[in-house]
Amino acid sequence: MADASYPEHLLYHPDHDWAAIDGDVATFGITWFAQDALGEVVFFDPPAVGTQVTKDEPYAEVESVKAVSDVIAPLSGEIVEVNEALGEDPEAINNDSYGAGWMVKVRLSDSSQTGVLLDSATYQGTLS
Amino acid sequence: MTVLDDNTLHGDPGIEAHPERHTASIPAGATSGTPMQRSEVKTIFEKGSPGRRAFSCPKLDVPECDPAILLPDAYRRKEPARLPEVSEPELVRHYVNLSKRNFDLDSGFYPLGSCTMKHNPRLHERVAALPGHSRLHPLQTPKRAQGALELMYNLERHLGEVAGLPHVALQPSAGSHGELLGVLLTRAYHEDRGETRKKVLTPDTAHGTNPATVTMAGYEVVKVGTNADGGVDIEDLRAKATTDVACLMLTNPNTLGVFDPNIEEIAHIVHEVGATLYYDGANLNAVMGISRPGDMGFDIVHYNLHKSFTQPHGGGGPGSGPIAVSDRIAPYLTVPVIEKQDDGSFTLEHDPAEGRPGSKSVGRLRGFQGNYGVFVRSYAYICSLGAEGLKDASETAVLNANYLLAKLRQDGVGEALPLAFGDLCMHEFVLSGAPMKKDLGIRTLDLAKRLLDHGFHPPTVYFPLLVDEAFLIEPTETETKETLDAFAAAIAAILKEAKVDPAIAQNAPYTTPVRRLDEAGAAKHPVIRQPL
Repeated sequence: MADASYPEHLLYHPDHDWAAIDGDVATFGITWFAQDALGEVVFFDPPAVGTQVTKDEPYAEVESVKAVSDVIAPLSGEIVEVNEALGEDPEAINNDSYGAGWMVKVRLSDSSQTGVLLDSATYQGTLS
Repeated sequence: MTVLDDNTLHGDPGIEAHPERHTASIPAGATSGTPMQRSEVKTIFEKGSPGRRAFSCPKLDVPECDPAILLPDAYRRKEPARLPEVSEPELVRHYVNLSKRNFDLDSGFYPLGSCTMKHNPRLHERVAALPGHSRLHPLQTPKRAQGALELMYNLERHLGEVAGLPHVALQPSAGSHGELLGVLLTRAYHEDRGETRKKVLTPDTAHGTNPATVTMAGYEVVKVGTNADGGVDIEDLRAKATTDVACLMLTNPNTLGVFDPNIEEIAHIVHEVGATLYYDGANLNAVMGISRPGDMGFDIVHYNLHKSFTQPHGGGGPGSGPIAVSDRIAPYLTVPVIEKQDDGSFTLEHDPAEGRPGSKSVGRLRGFQGNYGVFVRSYAYICSLGAEGLKDASETAVLNANYLLAKLRQDGVGEALPLAFGDLCMHEFVLSGAPMKKDLGIRTLDLAKRLLDHGFHPPTVYFPLLVDEAFLIEPTETETKETLDAFAAAIAAILKEAKVDPAIAQNAPYTTPVRRLDEAGAAKHPVIRQPL
């Protein structure tokens, strides 16, 4: 498990999710804080491609040695890709939460929603 | 890593758990074996020798018969089954040694929150072992099992008195089984009224079985928030209590050890939308004989006879999760129902007359009448304690929890492990290990593992989920002051030790048959079959 980090180029949701925006498609994942609180992840249950996700609502589940937890969508849209590799290798969520541990890619339905997400410094402020 | 001497390894031994240790060191050059507790354990199949037997059958005194004549080829084994071939001493030692590697309530303090690991009085074992109980066949006709039916009938009434609800069904065999029945009864109640409801509310402090039950029963789970005092967030409940809601499942006191003072208002909100109010009885040990769920407005209550009523548990059963219901839910109860006839005899009614409990039954939940041996022990408990005794048990459980809570504040532990909610507690309390993790670098899991070296079973960890690094302690009424003091002292010692060297707790336990387990590996790649 790497040290705590919160990359500057990402946007953050207070429920410990990140979004990387690329045009009208965003990549979602969970933050270092979230994976640290969960403990070792043993299973990732992804949604199907084509599913509509709603900002602030759960879109997937992660199971750790402690509990099963919902993953909250930071933005609304339609899932265009899921990280299939996590099926075999869910520990990437712990080891590389901003890289190989990405969860889904979503075509955004309302890009103005990004305005209410937090930058790295503001998100880190919510953690203490 | 620091090299630890034997006394550091063991910490301050819990007062019951370890015998006094020899302090003399082994002479240099002496031959050494592997301590028995650490040795690799073989399965019973890997022991013994072909042809060895633990029992010799007496000589056959009937004519031998060729099995080929009795059974067609397809149903006969081509080769003998691979059964263990061991002597009786090997067999006895195998299981005795396995049992020694266990931690159980009979060997030490076991404050597992929300599990009520109270002492199991030996009297109850004697009563349950009486041949009239232990040798009773479940297919015996009711006529020849009158004593057993009477015991069950009386137990139903006593349990009903504790819950403040008149009708009891003993069939469910676990708390979760009782929950499932409770939610199925709710469905039957609404369907009978021509209503279809889709949602069930559970607080975010709920036992994990609650949302699981809701899902199994075909409803959608809706979580209700918790207020700053640890109770139900009334505004959130009001917003979510719609006419689409079938039920609110609640534990009171809840898993934070907090009794919700707004229970009357909660009941009102739930009933106003036509939903039922369900009481998860996991924490009944706090209120027996003091307050009754029925009086608080609950419609359905489940009991855990293996928690509050002394059935031994922790090894996977058998448990028992009877439920009690109000008059309006009674018609849907499971069958058969035990009825007392005018002549004083007891019958099992599979199709009760209209208007009686079970007349519109949801059916059976399992075969036979439930786990009868559990009923005997729980009945013995209620009879030996009486109403005053049950109340006393609950009061002592609450006193013990508050004593331990105070003790854990005194010993310089409070800053590292503060109480998560409230000020006082009921029969259990939740500490948060978040400051400990931040300041000392050890997690709740490390503290829990290190407690094993001190001879204590750790409390529940990482539950309830809404508390960061949760540590849920339930001492129960049957523990002595000395035990509670020793437990508090062990926690203080572990924290003090972590200030100097957190690696000691991070690498614990040291004295158990196995060290830190690979929990993630066990979940991802479970080995469920022993290769032979």
